[in-house]
Amino acid sequence: MSRSLMKDGRPRSPFSMVTMGVLALLWTIPTIGLLVTSFRTRDDAAGSGWWTALFNPFSADWTTSNYSGAWTGADLSSGFINSIVVAIPATVIPIMFAAFAAYAFTFMDFRFKEFFFLLIIAVMVVPIQVAFQPMLNLLGPRGLGISGEYISVWLLHTGFGMPLCIYTLRNYMSTLPRSVVESAKIDGCSHFQTFWRLVAPMSIPAIAAFATLQFLWVWNDLLIAKLFLKSENTTVIVKLQQLLGTQGQGQELLTAGAFISIVVPMIVFFTLQRFMVRGMTSGAVKG
Amino acid sequence: MTADTSAAAPRQRMRTGDDPDAHLRTNPAKLVLGLVGMIAMVWGLANLFLAFAYYPQWFGNNKFIIGVLAIIGGVGGAALLFFFLNMFVESLPRRLSEGAIPYAFLLPGLLLVALMLIYPTFQTINYSFANSDSTAYVGLQNYKTIFADPEFWSSIGNNVLWLLIVPAIVVAFGVIVAVLADKLSATGEKTAKSLVFLPMAISFVGASAIWGLVYAYNNPGQTQTGLLNAIWVGLGGDPQTWLAISTAKLNSILLMVILIWLQVGFAMVLLSSAIKGVPEDTIEAARIDGAGEVQIFWRVVIPQIRGTIITVFVTVFITVLKVFDIVYVTTNGAYGTNVIANLFFNKLFAASEAGQATAIVVVLLIAVTPLIWYQIKHFRDEEANR
Repeated sequence: MSRSLMKDGRPRSPFSMVTMGVLALLWTIPTIGLLVTSFRTRDDAAGSGWWTALFNPFSADWTTSNYSGAWTGADLSSGFINSIVVAIPATVIPIMFAAFAAYAFTFMDFRFKEFFFLLIIAVMVVPIQVAFQPMLNLLGPRGLGISGEYISVWLLHTGFGMPLCIYTLRNYMSTLPRSVVESAKIDGCSHFQTFWRLVAPMSIPAIAAFATLQFLWVWNDLLIAKLFLKSENTTVIVKLQQLLGTQGQGQELLTAGAFISIVVPMIVFFTLQRFMVRGMTSGAVKG
Repeated sequence: MTADTSAAAPRQRMRTGDDPDAHLRTNPAKLVLGLVGMIAMVWGLANLFLAFAYYPQWFGNNKFIIGVLAIIGGVGGAALLFFFLNMFVESLPRRLSEGAIPYAFLLPGLLLVALMLIYPTFQTINYSFANSDSTAYVGLQNYKTIFADPEFWSSIGNNVLWLLIVPAIVVAFGVIVAVLADKLSATGEKTAKSLVFLPMAISFVGASAIWGLVYAYNNPGQTQTGLLNAIWVGLGGDPQTWLAISTAKLNSILLMVILIWLQVGFAMVLLSSAIKGVPEDTIEAARIDGAGEVQIFWRVVIPQIRGTIITVFVTVFITVLKVFDIVYVTTNGAYGTNVIANLFFNKLFAASEAGQATAIVVVLLIAVTPLIWYQIKHFRDEEANR
């Protein structure tokens, strides 16, 4: 069999091309279905499959009213703002705390260092469900009374994201040349200065990778938002989950709502994909 | 703020250099400022957030203003907390300061982990021996109740099924996609990988909405708008309510498809970078020895990416063990699809049975214990090779 060559000189592999084409299509079709349906009127979507609208785009009944209906009618707009307010601090705060801890684990010597680090590794596996009843008591009306507010969710996401963040950043920092930190010390820099001026800037790739993963995780979370946010503070994902239960009237808003909830993570994903891949392959794996 | 302090500090250090005993003394001004700063930060932030909750009218009842202030307060507050904490520790006499500074860096993070994960673990074990609102101990009653509940055993059975099927298939698909994409042109590889990776950005709830369209059901005679039923009817079958069919666990398997769809991209990314790391000369040597492509794959590539395969498998395994959202939003455990995490959620919130719910979590906790041991062993091995 004669094989044509690609630009880089490797032989073309028709089998790979066909199989990957089919797989990529299979992986994309469900999302395309959602996108197409979200622009169809209720009657149109109930009367025929979304693919008929795609094959006969001019006879289909297109509309953007599902989006306006979901945004204002189903109040996804407030959920959207809440999601941003929840997700940004819940991404940045754990990194701040974890970066200092990772610095200590990498560049400092102290008693019980190994014990503390093994503890971090152990709690990475612990299911977060253990926290719910105790935390509902501690943060709720029986305790501090902040359950339902943003801060309780930030605290929870910070706590839950911390072990993985410390682990990832420590793994990355231990690949940095120790001599840089040593010479900073000789030049009279305190640890605080070494951290801000040298180690934190050098760790940006790992920080960006973890930030992407943590942002996606917080934005897409249902459980914590559902349990610890009151209804006017709740996130777009919880709003979407409530839409999913809708039957009949209002059902057409679901597809538009789902797409609204996907847009931000999608943008983050496409702009930071490079960092994310690099971070994941260097050990940022969420348990 | 940070830039200012770091610029000022070296000058100060030079001055202390003139005084040989300076490092033995406490710097009272910085000590007090650091301490007061820390306390003021915590107090101020606590009040700010309480004000968001109880006096939203102070902020014009405006979500946006509250949101921006919350972001600034939360992020800036955490940074300032470290600033004052560091100031406090550095003002101590040198010897004390050097001993204390690792803990100053470590403890804020560690305390949060302790508060959010370690304390609740013990409290959950404690609650599992208490009644439905955790006010009195009932001994082993909760465990007796859940072990006598057929729903619990059916959930365990489903979890086991998820664990047997999903991680293995995700890894298999991940390897296939990674290997095949590696043989495409650079553009083709990038596009194909992005498309398979994309679902990683989608939430479990969003994915359930997407697949809800695929599994949709219309009465016989009507046009089928669900992709699966359209194909099924096209092949001559009767329309099915797919997620209600528990024969051969079909509905559970269809829910697993959603998770597999979400996770393959993640597996592919890790496996792809491992495959690209396989040295070309090992493959070339096998080729010279007359090995076929299939043999090279099984005998040369797979053994060299074994470590990554195990990592991916364990990570997906842990995700599957805690699977909740997909089941909750599609069937909520009906038609024999329940899983442990969903059962826990319903016991805790729909049934208000905190005792039984925490007992279920303890069972889950026991199930992950071997994984803790594995992770620690894995870490020790990696450190030894570093």
